[in-house]
Amino acid sequence: MKSRIIELVKKDILIEFRQKHTLYGVLLYIASTIFVIYLSLSENPDVNVWNSLFWVIQLFVCVNAVAKSFLQENRGRMLYFYTIASPVEFITAKLLFNMVLMILMSLISLMLFFLFLGNPTFNFLFFIGISMIGGAGISLVFTLMSAIAAKAQQNAALMAILGFPVILPQLMLLMRLSRAAFGEVFRGGAIIQLIGLITLLDFLVIVLAIVLFPYLWKD
Amino acid sequence: MNKNWWKILSVLLLVYTIIAGFLLDVPRLPILNETIRNLYFHVCMWFGMMILFTVSFVYSIKYLKSFDYRKDIIASSFANVGILFGILGYLTGILWVNVTWITDQSQSLGSVLKEPKLIGAAIALLIYGAYFVLRGSFTDIDKRARISAVYNIFAFAMLFPSIWIIPRIVGSLHPGAPGSDTGNPALDRKDLDGAMRAVFYPAVIGWTLLGVWIAGLKIRIEILKNKNIINE
Repeated sequence: MKSRIIELVKKDILIEFRQKHTLYGVLLYIASTIFVIYLSLSENPDVNVWNSLFWVIQLFVCVNAVAKSFLQENRGRMLYFYTIASPVEFITAKLLFNMVLMILMSLISLMLFFLFLGNPTFNFLFFIGISMIGGAGISLVFTLMSAIAAKAQQNAALMAILGFPVILPQLMLLMRLSRAAFGEVFRGGAIIQLIGLITLLDFLVIVLAIVLFPYLWKD
Repeated sequence: MNKNWWKILSVLLLVYTIIAGFLLDVPRLPILNETIRNLYFHVCMWFGMMILFTVSFVYSIKYLKSFDYRKDIIASSFANVGILFGILGYLTGILWVNVTWITDQSQSLGSVLKEPKLIGAAIALLIYGAYFVLRGSFTDIDKRARISAVYNIFAFAMLFPSIWIIPRIVGSLHPGAPGSDTGNPALDRKDLDGAMRAVFYPAVIGWTLLGVWIAGLKIRIEILKNKNIINE
């Protein structure tokens, strides 16, 4: 089972390198969005605006980066996967791959944010950690949403409609946690509590994805 | 469906709610004053909504276990009535906000509405809106039932824990937020006067039964419409 998951992840990475245009497309999307924000603001935004812009961009980047993970698999290829892997292996591989991809995208967009919009963080490393946790959490939710949207033969629009309300609670927790990295003082234990809650939600998403995906898998 | 006692009970409880709710004496607190009577309507709507969505969630699980199309009809009908209750909850809430939270006329509504409970309720309505958009995008009935059941289960399991957690972490104007002297956001024996509890609990049951009744009618209509595909 483990080896098959690794093989499936390898396959996704390989596809990513063979069809470089999609990867570059997402990178360009990040760069151009942040550049537009940079041009539209006359000076560096203050901490709260910076924070909310960052997370909103993460959301849209995730929709674009993860959307294709199921939409790109055509019918014939899916039929082939049915024969070689179980649904649990397949979704685990997808979750893993998208998580790594989104963490990478988060780091890139964080770098561009620092470059174009200044660095208002008080605790730099802590914010990198938060953006990685956040990117991973968002990608997990949208992986399952992408699987659902692909079944509906719909584009990324449906994925956004399905995913945004579901991701909101997590996003609120993340934005709140981010304020700790901007120097806001929390009462003792609150940060651990928030991190724990976010991790718990991520764990819940993984369990639900593994339980529910077999029902999405075959027609 | 033939046992109608609970429908009669629902009507009796609602008649009692309206009469006792408007006529019985209520304790007067500053700002709240007589508007506390809205408790019998506003809070009951949210209780009703959560219960209806929970029923919808349970039937989605049952659908995935049995693939019985009737279960899907039940799940979607309960979600539908849940949305109705949510909208009514908002409407009754707006009335209450106008006289209690907005104390200064120049205060913008936007500053008041950024409330954890309002956000939670908005998310719930968005999710079930998305649920019906998703349902609308399928032509194949079995596929629609299966995929929307998956979304319903996932969304419910993600949403409701966070609805119950977030108001306890973030500050709120609703009773029960950290910093206020009340405890549990929803059910605390200390929060409510005994006489009011005698009206509030029957009101919750009455409104919820009414919701179940409406959902039941919807289910029966849908089953009749799809008679030819549901095998007895």
